[in-house]
Amino acid sequence: MARSDQALTARAAGLVGCRHCGTVAPLGTELCPRCKGRLHSRFPHSLQRTWAWWIAGLITYVPANLYPMMIMDTFVTSYKSTIVGGAIELIHSGDAFVGLVVILASVVIPTSKFLAIAYVALALRNPRKVNPHLLHKVYEVVEFIGRWSMIDVFVVAILSALVHLGAVATILPGIAAISFGSTVIFTMFSALSLDPRLIWDTTEEAKRERSRPRRA
Amino acid sequence: MQAVPEKPTTEELIACPQCDALYRVPSVPDGARLRCSRCHALLLAPRAGAVEAIVSLASGALALMVASIAFPFLHLGVAGLSAEASVIDTIRSYAVVSGLMAPLSVLLAALIVVLPAMRLGGLIYALGPLVAGRDPPRFATPVFRLAMNLRPWAMTEVFMIGVAVALVKIAALATVSFGPSFWTFIAVVLLVGAKDTMVCEKSLWRVLTRP
Repeated sequence: MARSDQALTARAAGLVGCRHCGTVAPLGTELCPRCKGRLHSRFPHSLQRTWAWWIAGLITYVPANLYPMMIMDTFVTSYKSTIVGGAIELIHSGDAFVGLVVILASVVIPTSKFLAIAYVALALRNPRKVNPHLLHKVYEVVEFIGRWSMIDVFVVAILSALVHLGAVATILPGIAAISFGSTVIFTMFSALSLDPRLIWDTTEEAKRERSRPRRA
Repeated sequence: MQAVPEKPTTEELIACPQCDALYRVPSVPDGARLRCSRCHALLLAPRAGAVEAIVSLASGALALMVASIAFPFLHLGVAGLSAEASVIDTIRSYAVVSGLMAPLSVLLAALIVVLPAMRLGGLIYALGPLVAGRDPPRFATPVFRLAMNLRPWAMTEVFMIGVAVALVKIAALATVSFGPSFWTFIAVVLLVGAKDTMVCEKSLWRVLTRP
C-alpha cells in the first residue's frame, strides 16, 4: 500500500484545526468554537522558542554535571557524588541493572534529548532532504521520554528524606539537583514548543520545490 | 435556486493535531480507532462507557492519593536506628536544606502531588455530572482543558520508579522495607494508567459539548 505523504491540510483549505478537540474553524479564528482553547494554525515563533528553551536547558546542564548531586555524611567521611559518578558507583557496587537504569535516565536520555531536538529543529531548515516520518518519530519519542529524566531529582529527595540518622549517616541534596531539575523542565518546554505540523509542512514545500521549473 | 450557506459546515471536519491533515469524519463507532493516514497519529478512539469508567477510576485514584501522602512509603533500619519517609517528607527534603533549594520543593510538590491531583479532580468535576445524567457544570470547558494540558507534568509514575531506584541505592547500607503508602501509590499509578487508556480527548470534547 502506498503511503500518502501528500494530504490536504487544514491550513491549505483556509481552516485552522484545534489541537485539543480536532474542531476546525476558518483561518484567523482566535478561540476554538468547541473547547474555547486558543487556536494557532502553527505555533507562533515555534523554532525560536524551541531554541531558547534548548539553550537554557544546556546552560543549566553544565552545573548539573559539575557539582555534587548528593552529599553523604557519615561519622568519618563526607562523600559527594555527581550524576555520572553516582551511577558508576552503583554499577561497581554490584547492581549493574539499576546502575544502567540510572545512567539511562540521567545521562543518556538528557543528552540524546538535546541532540534529538537540535536534529529536528535543524532538519526543518533543509526541507528537501527531510524524511518527515523519521523526524516525526524522533519528535514523538522525545516528547514521550523527556519526563523520565526527573527520576534522579526524585531519588535524591527520597534519600535525603529517608536518611537522617543524626551522626551515623545523613544524606543531603547537592546543588546539581536544582540545576538538573531545571534542565529537565527547560528541555520539556523546548520539545513542547516545537510544532509537529512544521515537520509535515516541509513535505509540501519540498514538493512545491520539485514542481517549480528549473532556471537555466 | 437554492441558497448557498455562507460558510461550509465544519461540523464533520477534523484536523490532525500532529500534521494538520484534514479529514471528513461523520461518526466513529465505539471501540474503533481512527488514525491519520499520513502521520499515523491517533485521531479518534471513542470507548463505550468511557465517561463512567474515567470518573470512577479517577475518584479511586484521587482518594488513595490523598489518603497516602502523609504515611511512610519507605522504612530504613541500621544499627538499631530507624527512619522513614512519606511523600510530604520527600517534598520538604530540599527546602529544609537551604533557601536556595526551596524552589525545588515547590516543583516536587507540583509534579508528584498537586498537578496529578488537579488532573484527577478536574476530570471528576467536568465529567462527574454527566454520569448522573446531568448537564456539564459551568466551568467544565476550562477545567477539562486544563486537566488535559497538565498531562506531561503529572509525574506520579516517574516518582514510583524513583522510589525503586532509591531503595536499591541504599539496600547495601541499611535494611529497607516498604511502608503502607508504597502499595497505595502503586495502586494510584495503576488506576491512573487504566484511566488514561479510556481517555480520548477529542471524543470527550464531543460528549462534553453535545447540544
